[in-house]
Amino acid sequence: MKKEFTITVYTENQVGLLNRIAIIFSRRKINIDSLNVSPSEVESIHRFTIVMNETEDVVRKLCLQIEKQVEVLKAYFNTSDEIIWQEMALYKVPTDAVAEKLKVERLLREYGARAVVIRKDYTIFETTGHREETDRLIHFLEPYGLIEFVRTARIAIIKASSGFHEKIKEFEAVEPAEELIENEFLNQGQAVFTM
Amino acid sequence: MSTTLNPTIEKETLAVETKPVRELSGSQAVLEACIVEGVDTIFGYPGGAIMPIYDALYDYHDKLKHILVRHEQGGIHAGQGYARSSGKVGVVFATSGPGATNLVTGLADAMIDSTPLVCITGQVFAHLLGTDAFQETDVVNITTPVTKWNYQITDATEIPHVLAKAFYIARSGRPGPVLIDISKNAQIQKFNYEGYTRCNHIRSYRPKPIVRKEYLEAAAKLINEAKKPFVIFGQGVILGKAEKEFKAFIEKAGLPAAWTILGLSALPTDHPQNVGMLGMHGNYGPNVLTNDCDVLIAVGMRFDDRVTGRLDKYAKQAQIIHLDIDPAEINKNVKVTVPVWGDCKETLPMLTQMVEAKQHREWLSLFNQYTAEEKAAVMDAELFPKSGEMTMGEVIQQLNELTSGEAIIVTDVGQHQMVACRYAKFNASKCNITSGGLGTMGFALPAAIGAKFGAPERTVVAIIGDGGFQMTLQELGTIMQTGLNVKILILNNRFLGMVRQWQELFNDKRYSFVDIQSPDYVQLAKAYGIAGSSVSDRNDLRSALSSMLASEGSYLLEVMVGKENNVFPMVPQGCSVSEIRLK
Repeated sequence: MKKEFTITVYTENQVGLLNRIAIIFSRRKINIDSLNVSPSEVESIHRFTIVMNETEDVVRKLCLQIEKQVEVLKAYFNTSDEIIWQEMALYKVPTDAVAEKLKVERLLREYGARAVVIRKDYTIFETTGHREETDRLIHFLEPYGLIEFVRTARIAIIKASSGFHEKIKEFEAVEPAEELIENEFLNQGQAVFTM
Repeated sequence: MSTTLNPTIEKETLAVETKPVRELSGSQAVLEACIVEGVDTIFGYPGGAIMPIYDALYDYHDKLKHILVRHEQGGIHAGQGYARSSGKVGVVFATSGPGATNLVTGLADAMIDSTPLVCITGQVFAHLLGTDAFQETDVVNITTPVTKWNYQITDATEIPHVLAKAFYIARSGRPGPVLIDISKNAQIQKFNYEGYTRCNHIRSYRPKPIVRKEYLEAAAKLINEAKKPFVIFGQGVILGKAEKEFKAFIEKAGLPAAWTILGLSALPTDHPQNVGMLGMHGNYGPNVLTNDCDVLIAVGMRFDDRVTGRLDKYAKQAQIIHLDIDPAEINKNVKVTVPVWGDCKETLPMLTQMVEAKQHREWLSLFNQYTAEEKAAVMDAELFPKSGEMTMGEVIQQLNELTSGEAIIVTDVGQHQMVACRYAKFNASKCNITSGGLGTMGFALPAAIGAKFGAPERTVVAIIGDGGFQMTLQELGTIMQTGLNVKILILNNRFLGMVRQWQELFNDKRYSFVDIQSPDYVQLAKAYGIAGSSVSDRNDLRSALSSMLASEGSYLLEVMVGKENNVFPMVPQGCSVSEIRLK
């Protein structure tokens, strides 16, 4: 039976690794519902959080294929009850509407939202929560002239993750990451190379 | 080429005081890496974006042999043949754009058949990346799904370290192809070369899983209690250089053993416990008895669909033990009872120590009974026909008698491949070279060229169908130019035989585009300065094969075989292995 799984991957920070991981899904025609990639608490080690709907058997195999990649350190998969997760959302609404309708403020408090920017013409609210929660606020704000909306990918903490932080720090301390080398030559002009 | 753009130049300069440093170009560093890695032969084709490496090669011709192929696909298949016959890493050079894209089929082939390769492609100048420059393709992204690892170098200082990683990744763990794309500026760039250190560790990469003794103990217990244990083995035995360990294991425990197409030659074909080939065109006994054994021990194989047939009817009665170096293979296709992660070079001796010495005579004789049945129904007519058109089987049979199983046999893809693998005799490992997983027609001729360079002292016979030969026959030019001694045996049935067989059996004989014409192969060979002959009479076969083997240099022998012969036994697609058909 298909259900929602969250895969957490620790990797090196290397150009092209995102593609290497993404094609493991696309090769099997599996859609990624949400993908977050950013440095972990150790800058050279990156953390992927990937959400998809699949059977446990398929997800286990996906994880093994991910771990097989040379620059992947570790991949875990969890069901939704094994993690704590959040998504962040930003809402841009006309300031007039917000100021006029006191109800808005009360409801924003109910949704745990906060104002990030308040300008004469518009206000930006931020909230974090599960998908349904951020969705609910969209529906609520729509009648007040929602201008723009954006939300992040899911980030998730694994409930049974004792020792993760220490292990990562120790791993990096024992053998620091290799330097990431990017293309230094783009926009350097043809003058540099004579051939 | 200025090095002032190099951000690491300061660090490099500091190193001058402590280490003997000389200035090399990126291209020279590539060739130095090849030398330290023990590379003796490179297969390649020059072009604009790899010209600096070829310019450097001009001065290295006494240390590195470069074989100019006729097409990059030929180059990479030659690299594969070299790797498979020598057990070393095959090295291939190609230029950017079309040169690089021509490698893709070979990379996919090497990926699925776990062949260690390092391919070096030239790339446009780093400042032109992404500008649709002449002969620019995004080769790193094109090859990502078909490489074990790939990397783009835009700065020469990266070359020694990245190539060391490339060779290490290609050869270690489950081997595979690695592609390194080097932009032209990096090839030209001069830098302070501090020498080349071979790599044997990458922090994020674990080539071998840790062997867990408790699983070995559980496996040994199952084997010791088994009444009808059955071993199936694949190329893992060869890649792990564990042929001796494998033989010791099956001999002590008295286990019948059957092979996948890539496992062939890991165990001598006439070993009394070698019960034959698995899978779609494998032998009768091993297929039927897969669904009769009580413990199935898989060693270094990956349960390909051509081996298992219908999965929900595959060995359901058996407890399954799976030895593999790649954790992703365990439980991928077949659920196992006991997983044994690890390099079989390590795990097999441990298992041998734990298993009881036994002989399963009765069980083994059951395989022999099935063999007798298959012999009567299929083999006798295939190997020793008295009349009618020639069969592929009799050609292989005659070849066996003449080579005594000492030749390296390289096969292409299709009917001749199945027949050759079914009937060829092998005394030694690394002698069967074929495109197993990808089924690449056109593989055999270039792979045979590479195989000969990898094992120059051996006789190399390329057995090829008339379809496959026409896909890469340009490599006759490579044979001509190198004066190589490769025997080319074309089994010509004037059809794309395997597809025709399926159309006969499953599409009501609707022969859709399988009727293929051939040129005069003997004349063609002659044009390349290669001796040849063609036989269509059974009475001439033996002497023609003898002449081919006895010829001084390369030789092309075309044998006209029956047009509509079929390969049997056969497990039809979607059927269980025990539903194997003898006709």
